[in-house]
Amino acid sequence: MTSELQDLYQELILDHYKRPHNQRHLDDADHQAEGYNPLCGDRVSVYLKLDGNRIKEVAFQGAGCAISTASASMMTDALKGKTVEEVRELFDKFHALVTGRLENPEAGPDLGKLEVFAGVSQYPVRVKCATLAWHTLEAALEQRGGVVSTE
Amino acid sequence: MTITTTGQDTATANVPLTARDRKSNLHALDVEKIRQDFPILQQRINGRPLAYLDNAATTQKPRAVIDALQHYYARDNANIHRGVHELSVRATEGYERARTIVQRFLNAADPREIIFTRGTTEAINLVAASYGRKHIGPGDEIIVSAMEHHSNIVPWQLLCEQTGARLRVIPINDDGEILLDAYDALLTPRTRLVAVVHLSNVLGTINPVHEIIQRAHRHGVPVLVDGAQSAAHLPVDVQALDCDFYAFSGHKVFGPTGIGVLYGKAALLREMPPYQGGGDMISRVSFEGPTYKDIPYKFEAGTPNIAGVIGLGVALEYVNRIGLERIAAYEHELLDYATRSLLAIPQVRLIGTAKAKASVLSFVLAGAHPHDIGTILNQMGVAIRTGHHCAQPVMDRFGVPATARASLAFYNTTADIDALVAGIHKVLEVFG
Ligand SMILES: Cc1ncc(COP(=O)(O)O)c(C=O)c1O
Repeated sequence: MTSELQDLYQELILDHYKRPHNQRHLDDADHQAEGYNPLCGDRVSVYLKLDGNRIKEVAFQGAGCAISTASASMMTDALKGKTVEEVRELFDKFHALVTGRLENPEAGPDLGKLEVFAGVSQYPVRVKCATLAWHTLEAALEQRGGVVSTE
Repeated sequence: MTITTTGQDTATANVPLTARDRKSNLHALDVEKIRQDFPILQQRINGRPLAYLDNAATTQKPRAVIDALQHYYARDNANIHRGVHELSVRATEGYERARTIVQRFLNAADPREIIFTRGTTEAINLVAASYGRKHIGPGDEIIVSAMEHHSNIVPWQLLCEQTGARLRVIPINDDGEILLDAYDALLTPRTRLVAVVHLSNVLGTINPVHEIIQRAHRHGVPVLVDGAQSAAHLPVDVQALDCDFYAFSGHKVFGPTGIGVLYGKAALLREMPPYQGGGDMISRVSFEGPTYKDIPYKFEAGTPNIAGVIGLGVALEYVNRIGLERIAAYEHELLDYATRSLLAIPQVRLIGTAKAKASVLSFVLAGAHPHDIGTILNQMGVAIRTGHHCAQPVMDRFGVPATARASLAFYNTTADIDALVAGIHKVLEVFG
C-alpha cells in the first residue's frame, strides 16, 4: 500500500469496517435519526438511549463505505457514558481533525482512538463519509425529524 | 486481442477505407497518435500515468477544440445575427456553420431542426415545457424506462405535477435490458410521449430505440431519445431511427461544457410554443404582442453560447475524421477486453450484462464499497466514477446503493484497463 493509502485505511479503521461495533437496532431508543450521503448513496440510522443528560446506549444501522462504517462504529464506542455537552465538544474536535483544522491537539477532550481518522484530511471528498454518523447523531440529539443530508 | 495501437494514420487524415481494411481491421485506430491530440492525457496523477476512465461523466477535449475556443475569443468574438461589422459576420458564420455540422452528424433533414441548448438536460426540459404544455393534460401518460438518468425523469415528473399526467415506467430485466412486451402493454390511447435513453450511462445497455420508436409510432406517439451517451459512441441517423426528438451534450462528445443540442422534426418544432422569451427569438415585438421567428431561432432566446457552439462543431468534425463506425468497433473490442479482465476477478459483480452494450462497465466488489474503490484507484492514477450516477432507480432495481463505473472513449487503451485491474487488486489487498 502507498503510505497515503495507509494513512487513510488504518488497520483499526479496516477492523471496524469488517466487524462494526454496536451495529444493531435499539428497540427502546428514545432518540433516533437517519442520515444520508447523496454522494455515495450511503444511509445511516443512529439510535440513542439517554439517562438524563448522559448517553446510556448508542447503536447504528446502515452506513456503507469503510470510512463511514468505521466512523459510525468508533463513534458509538466513544460516546457511551458521555454527557450531551461532552459529545458536542468531541464532535467539534473530530470535525476539526478530519478537515485538517485541528490547531491544538492538546486542547479539549481526548480523541482517543478517533485519532486514526486524521488521514481523512488528505482526502477532502471523504470528509462527508467520516462525519455522516456524527451529523446524524447531532440530529438525533436535537430530535429533528426527517433525514439529515451531508449536502 | 486485435486492438492495435500502431498502423496507418486514421486519426487525422480522412483516409478512405480500403476493402482490406473493411474486412480485417476496420477498427484499427492509431490510438497512440490520437492520444497526442489530447493534452490532458499527457499527465501523471499521484505519480502514475493518468488512466481516464470517466468518459460517461465528461470526455476530454482534443487540441483542435481548445484552439478553436481560444481562436474565437482572440479573433472573432462578437454577438451574432445582429451586427453589420466584420466580427459579427464571422461569429455568425461560425455559429451557423456549426449547426450544419451537427445536422450532418445526426443526418437530420434540415439544419433548422437543430436547436442549441445548454446540454441534454436543457434539451429535455425544453420538450417537456414546450411540447408538454401544448399536448399533455390530465390523465395523459408519458412513458420512460427504468434505466433513465434523472434528467430524463425529473422534467417529466414536473410536467406530471403541473398537468395531472402520469409517468409510466418500462421495466428492465436482470441483465439491464428493456422488456419490450411490458412496453407494448404500456402503450395505450392515453400515451402522449415516450422518452428513452439510447445508451445507458450506468448499465451500458444499447436500447433497441428503432424498435421502440416504431411501436410508439403505430400508436401515433412521438419519441424522444436521450442521446447523451450514444452521440460519442454510436453512429446516429435520426432519419433512419425516425425519432421525433434527440438530445445530446457537447461535453460528452469531446466538445465544451455548457452546450448541447435538441434535434426535433421540423413539423413538430414549428407547432410547439417557444420555451423561453427574449431577444433573437422574435421577428417583431410590439406591446400588442410578439411575432415569433421560425425554427430554430424561436427556441434560441438570448445571446447563446457562441464559443461553445463553434467548439462543438470542431469536436464533431474531429470525431467524423476518425469515424464513429471505427470508434464503435474499437471501443467494442476494448469493452470486451475490459469485461473479460474484470470477470477474471472472482469478487467482481458486473451490473449491466445486456447482449448489446457499449463503453460502460459498472461493477461492485464483494467486501469493498464503491467509494473506497474510487479513492484507491485514484491513488493509482485511475479516474473512475462511483455513486448512483444520477440514476437512483437503477440502483434500486439492482439492489445496490452505488456502483463503481469505468467508462471508455476511443483514446483509452488496454494499458488503461490493465491499470484499472491492478487497482482493483490493490483494493482487494487492502480489504482482503
Ligand atoms: C444518459 C444521460 N442522460 C442525460 C445526461 C445529462 O447530461 P447533461 O448533464 O450534460 O445535461 C447524462 C449525463 O450524465 C446522461 O448520462
